[in-house]
Amino acid sequence: MGRGFGTSEFLYLLEALPWTLLLSLGALIGGSIVGFFVSIFRIAPSRPLRWLATGYIELFQGTPVLMQLFVTYYGLAVLFNIRVAAWPAVLLAFTLYSGAFLGEIWRGSIQAVPRSQWEAAECLSLSFPKQLWLVILPQAARISIPPTVGFAVQLIKNTSIAAIIGFVELTRAGQLMTNTTFKPMIVYPVVAVLYFILCWPLSLLAQTLERRVDAGLGIKKGL
Amino acid sequence: MNYVFQFNVVWEHFPELLRGAWLTIELSASAMVLGLCLAIVCAYGKTAGPRPIRWLVNAYIELIRNTPFLVQIFIIYFSLPVIGLRLTANNAALLAMTVNLGAYATEIVRAGIEAIPYGQIEAARALGLKRLQIFRFIIIFPAVKTVYPALASQFILLMLASSVVSTISAVELTAITNSLQSTTFRAFEFYFVATGLYLAMALGFRGGLGSIYWAVFQRGRAA
Repeated sequence: MGRGFGTSEFLYLLEALPWTLLLSLGALIGGSIVGFFVSIFRIAPSRPLRWLATGYIELFQGTPVLMQLFVTYYGLAVLFNIRVAAWPAVLLAFTLYSGAFLGEIWRGSIQAVPRSQWEAAECLSLSFPKQLWLVILPQAARISIPPTVGFAVQLIKNTSIAAIIGFVELTRAGQLMTNTTFKPMIVYPVVAVLYFILCWPLSLLAQTLERRVDAGLGIKKGL
Repeated sequence: MNYVFQFNVVWEHFPELLRGAWLTIELSASAMVLGLCLAIVCAYGKTAGPRPIRWLVNAYIELIRNTPFLVQIFIIYFSLPVIGLRLTANNAALLAMTVNLGAYATEIVRAGIEAIPYGQIEAARALGLKRLQIFRFIIIFPAVKTVYPALASQFILLMLASSVVSTISAVELTAITNSLQSTTFRAFEFYFVATGLYLAMALGFRGGLGSIYWAVFQRGRAA
């Protein structure tokens, strides 16, 4: 009946955990850079820039992550005429995906800064980039932290999809362990618990931060 | 880059892709209806139920929202048979999607319920309505109306996430694309077109859900 699920099998799953974290972190960093420009373009005075950013967001929010992975993976192969390893494709796809979602989150944060702040900055005859950089973005950054943490949870969960194209992270390790131990009733719940341990504190943090930012802005929610 | 794109192979198999897309639509639409029903029941439990029920609903929401959809599918399709619950791929996919959507939608519906002015509930009580009657006749309709946009985007996210059920051989769009590209060796072309189909379905669902809003909430009834 194959081998059992013991300490060494559990350790194998644990060893795959850093890959999930690394992929999430890499995509978050890359996505922040992309998302920064997307959010700025979304509110830029120039109409073509706005269209470009909107089209980008629509494209990545309107298609499945799995398809984005496949297109990037085979797209890179087509582009460079070779079969690429899984990780650059996975990292690129998740970077582009995060860029679209973070761009939209941050656009919302920028627009949540009261209109009068823009007007005040304009009265000081600051240029658009200076208005943005000196007045708006520092305030928007505060508002954006809770939803960004919330998105990080979504990202960690979605990196599991990389397992489908063969990138060995936590979920893929779970699949491999199931194939050797034939104990899906133990392996997959353990994988789920590991994800839960990763995501739940972040979810709680996002909620706490949201309450704090709301209080700072004088927003009251709920009963 | 000296790769020759051959999209004519894709067009030859286009009817098969459409058949897959139809299963995606069927699965998503069924999961939307079932998931919303589940969410309404859970939201009632969370806002009006006794403490153990509230605790149970909270545990359900947190567990589902902090673990990846892919792992949830694996647990339902691979782990449950061990304890004697064997489902076909399509049923397992539908169950996973319903359970997943239910958790997210519960939180959305709950927010709608909490947005109902308390005076309305007091007024209903003064008229001698029972708890369930108040929920059924006073609360749920305007609550769902208030949060309908959030529900609609959650529905579309679910439709996109459904591409992941291809891993358990439910033959929806992604699974059909997988098998077609592996026999024709035109991976990039097939995934590219499938991505386009998903985008079209996302836009289609957005339009369809918008029409449902008009048909249900705007016509005939006093809001």
